[in-house]
Amino acid sequence: MNARTLQTIAVKDLKEVEQNRAAWIPALVVPLIFVIALPLGVILIPNLLQSMSPLMAPSGPVGMMRERIPALAAELAGLDERQTWVVLMTGYFFAPFILIFPLMFSTIIGAESFAGERERKTMEALLYTPASDGELFLGKMLAAFVPAVALTWVSFLIYGIVVNAAGWPVMGRIWFPPASWYPLVFWVTPAIAASGVAVTVLISARVRTFMEAYQMSASLVVLVLALVAGQVTGVLYLSLSTALAVGLVLWLIDGVLIILGVRTFRREALLLSR
Amino acid sequence: MIPVIDVEILSRSFGAVQAVDGLTFQVYKGEVFGLLGPNGAGKTTTVRLLNGLLCPSGGRARVLGLDPTVEGCRLRQQTGVLTEVPSLYERLTARENLAIFGALYGVPEPDLSRRVARLLEEFELAGRADDRVGGFSKGMKQRLALARALLHEPPLLFLDEPTAGLDPEAARQVIEMVERLSHQEGRTVLLCTHNLSEAQRLCDRVAVMDRGRLLALGTLKELSRTLWPGLQVEIGLRTPLTDAAVASLRLLPDVVGVRSEASQLFVNVADEEVIPSVVEKLVREGARIMQVIPQQPSLEDIYFAIRGERVS
Repeated sequence: MNARTLQTIAVKDLKEVEQNRAAWIPALVVPLIFVIALPLGVILIPNLLQSMSPLMAPSGPVGMMRERIPALAAELAGLDERQTWVVLMTGYFFAPFILIFPLMFSTIIGAESFAGERERKTMEALLYTPASDGELFLGKMLAAFVPAVALTWVSFLIYGIVVNAAGWPVMGRIWFPPASWYPLVFWVTPAIAASGVAVTVLISARVRTFMEAYQMSASLVVLVLALVAGQVTGVLYLSLSTALAVGLVLWLIDGVLIILGVRTFRREALLLSR
Repeated sequence: MIPVIDVEILSRSFGAVQAVDGLTFQVYKGEVFGLLGPNGAGKTTTVRLLNGLLCPSGGRARVLGLDPTVEGCRLRQQTGVLTEVPSLYERLTARENLAIFGALYGVPEPDLSRRVARLLEEFELAGRADDRVGGFSKGMKQRLALARALLHEPPLLFLDEPTAGLDPEAARQVIEMVERLSHQEGRTVLLCTHNLSEAQRLCDRVAVMDRGRLLALGTLKELSRTLWPGLQVEIGLRTPLTDAAVASLRLLPDVVGVRSEASQLFVNVADEEVIPSVVEKLVREGARIMQVIPQQPSLEDIYFAIRGERVS
């Protein structure tokens, strides 16, 4: 593998994506709502209520999460009702949503890779370069992986600033992120980004247009939504150990996908898939 | 002489369609070799096979001594390809396009920006170097694509329909560039085209293809001789020739036919060596010769004759 080739393909793709504002600007709107509007809304809800009872009652969101995730009891010990609400919602309820971000970003950029080249009739010149099939695949992967992870981490940073700033009057301290977020952000989200990128690039190599590739790969979000639903319903609590285990499984799947991709990816297939 | 391209019974099919069917030919160093044929003749597939983008279904090819199927990466370091569509990144600038491909072709970093600047200058694009390619005319894009094919200074160039869709002026610029690359810089060029006047001007030898098969191969002269043995000479006279003089002309060795139309005389001879004796005889017969024009069939005549033969 030639590092300069990988870097050139990745940088070229990033420049192209950067110019394609129609593709990435809509994709930034959802995460921005998620990291700014949603936590602000949740933190400010109690100000609109006369009493916290509807939220704290056993049938309310706090009561239900407490009941379904007993492990949270220790985390919430010593907090008053409003603090419990803020910590539970912004620290735990929303935690798995961050896992959707790497997929959103990686599928947009990954879908651009080969399908975008084919759509704009630029692929043939790339195939005539000395880059090997494996370098083409990995270069395209890298182009989607790096920004997907970087944008996820930037989203996490903004979310942390919003949650701590808006929650300051209630919490009186910087409390976010809880320990369980670190493996999610730095271990699980890169693994999800890698899976998303590998699958999207492979799909992108076999379909004709960017939209086709994007729509097919966007269905991967369903898998992550299962994790979200697991956490929200209490079936799967993304504790430190669970996050580490989920990440490990994902990285193993990534390894297999990448090896398969590098071994099976052929420029002839790129030329012939119409 | 070792051929730069050596192809033997090369074939490639896509399902039931035989895109390339048993091609055999050689291309030698410094030659401009034309692959002629209509759309769908198999020219582009041949270029893809010769660069290792496709694997052959049968036969073998050696390009610059390498097997494209197993040594494609090494081979592509030494070939430059101008694809039928310029395949440029239109959202990026001309300079960015060249820099990206220069890096992919392994041009050393210290040389890259100097080489990019030189090519932009040479191809008259320096003034638009930092503009996005999307705003370029077709001719400018084609010139940029040609510059890209030359970035790594390849000894072998594949040019697929280099003037397709260009206006006459842009087409002429591209043809002149190809002439310079081959005749002045000594690069070997494989030119795919269905533009016959372009091929006639540029090619040392041509191969005529149709539906994947090679119909004919050779220089213009060789193909012409195969199709029309002998040579027709048109002779312009001040006054019509007498019947007796025409009859005496027919008796000359290697003269195969004589036709007189007013003051024009059409003489079919075995080869051009016979022309002086024809002229000498006419002078002796008292004819006043205004002009002598050996009728060389154009590539267009040859091409349609070959394709006509094939159809019949």
